[in-house]
Amino acid sequence: MSIIVSAVGQGLIWAMLGLGLYLSFRILNFPDMTVEGTFPLGAAVAVTGISTGMNPVVASLLAAGVGALAGLVTGLLYTKGQIPILLAGILTMTAVYSVNLRTMGQANRSLLGAKTIFNGSLLKHLPENFPTVAVGLVIAVVMVSALAYFLQTELGQAFIATGDNPKMAQAMGINTHNMTILGLMLSNALIAFGGSLVAQNNGFADVNMGLGIIVVALASIIIGEVVFVEDVTLTERLITVVIGSILYRFVLVLVLALGLNANDLNLFSAIILGLALLLPKLRQFFHFDRILLGRRAD
Amino acid sequence: MTEPILELIDATVIVNQNTPDAKIILQGVNLTIQPGEFITLLGSNGAGKSTLFNVIAGTLPLSSGQIKIAGQDVTQMGATQRTKLLARVFQDPKVGTSPRMTGAENLLLAERRGQRRRLLNRRLTAEKQAHFVNLVNRMGNGLGTRLDMPTGALSGGQRQALSFVMATLSRPEILLLDEHTAALDPKTSQQLMRVTDEQVREQHLTALMITHNLDDALRYGNRLLILHAGQIQADYNGDEKSQLTRNQLLDYFEQY
Repeated sequence: MSIIVSAVGQGLIWAMLGLGLYLSFRILNFPDMTVEGTFPLGAAVAVTGISTGMNPVVASLLAAGVGALAGLVTGLLYTKGQIPILLAGILTMTAVYSVNLRTMGQANRSLLGAKTIFNGSLLKHLPENFPTVAVGLVIAVVMVSALAYFLQTELGQAFIATGDNPKMAQAMGINTHNMTILGLMLSNALIAFGGSLVAQNNGFADVNMGLGIIVVALASIIIGEVVFVEDVTLTERLITVVIGSILYRFVLVLVLALGLNANDLNLFSAIILGLALLLPKLRQFFHFDRILLGRRAD
Repeated sequence: MTEPILELIDATVIVNQNTPDAKIILQGVNLTIQPGEFITLLGSNGAGKSTLFNVIAGTLPLSSGQIKIAGQDVTQMGATQRTKLLARVFQDPKVGTSPRMTGAENLLLAERRGQRRRLLNRRLTAEKQAHFVNLVNRMGNGLGTRLDMPTGALSGGQRQALSFVMATLSRPEILLLDEHTAALDPKTSQQLMRVTDEQVREQHLTALMITHNLDDALRYGNRLLILHAGQIQADYNGDEKSQLTRNQLLDYFEQY
């Protein structure tokens, strides 16, 4: 039971990463490596802020703001500087590593005993792992609603069109550079915010916590898409990202409980994502549908 | 004499300027277009037709010269800003629409062509939906029943028809048609040409149309231009154009 509650709580706060990456990876249609830097950036800013006496909510929002700035840098390099997106992201990510070290003053920093958004006076009375679920649920509902609203606005629609068909968007008078920059800022703000939540939940920040984070974020998107294959609306799609994130945490918690070494987690994450990506091909190859549904070949 | 809607004054485009590879693509083009003119534009490959369109749309800057739309000097104005004044339909049906968005969503985007995109709900009301269905029904190819589908699932002809409706939804001062029927089968192509002609007349649009189809160039429009080597070689107006024959045009192209 506690494993399930823990997975749901973790899944909800890690879902910020999936939602953030969805904006760049699925809507703008490119992989943004900046996230590997902005995730620990959010963690570093929040932990440093909180341990120097900042209100945890303010610290989390500050983390999101700093994440948006990193997204702005990548966006400017990519649009105005015409640097390929992969390289632009890697440049920012590399630079941010040093910023993270500077921010924390050391390679990792603990939050021992400090007040975070997960241990407020009300939440303290809840049983173990439930504060994470409660806070995570509120945040996930707010974020999914806000994103769903944004994507239905005139601006949001222009943003979607930019990723879908930039030439058409330009012909309609949409400033595709600004839309791309806006998307990268929102995306990285969400991911840095996620980093601040994870750090507060774990009680520490580490400069290396961003390693392989793009795979984790992608996993929640892809798992959500594999589990819910049918045509869903964009709002429903955002919800499937959150569900995908929870399912992914389930698998992780499960294999850790089965005795897998925590050092093997990145290998394991990559394998899960790889399998999820290969599933449509594997389905075709092994005729899963026919076997499962008992359908005969024509 | 009304004020011209479009004026090109000594418009010149040189690529790779100041290098040994310098090449003149448009050479001192002077062109005045009056409101309501429907111009067909002919010319062999490399004559500068697409460059002329890019210059008018602002996606390619002039090396020298001046361009005015509705009396306003737009030489320095960027392509995004110029979309307030002009709309364009491209040859490739894939270019004109956003494939993952539905037809109605595409039309909503087109409705605010060149205007600020606000942080307000896009408002796809039932009323609006009905209005859109009405509009696309005039295209007569079953598009009206498929407005809720992602445009990526539509046929090339339907997408091109949708692109045309999108271009004219918010009335442009100038409509640029860049071989917009060339990628379609003969029947679909003729149908779109007929509707294009109808709409241009009905809404009194000013349109420029690039085509390689001599029959279309003769049948439609009230002015015909022939472009060669970056210059306007021939300009037939009104009656001159209606007396022009296919053989005369063929002879003309034989010269080069």
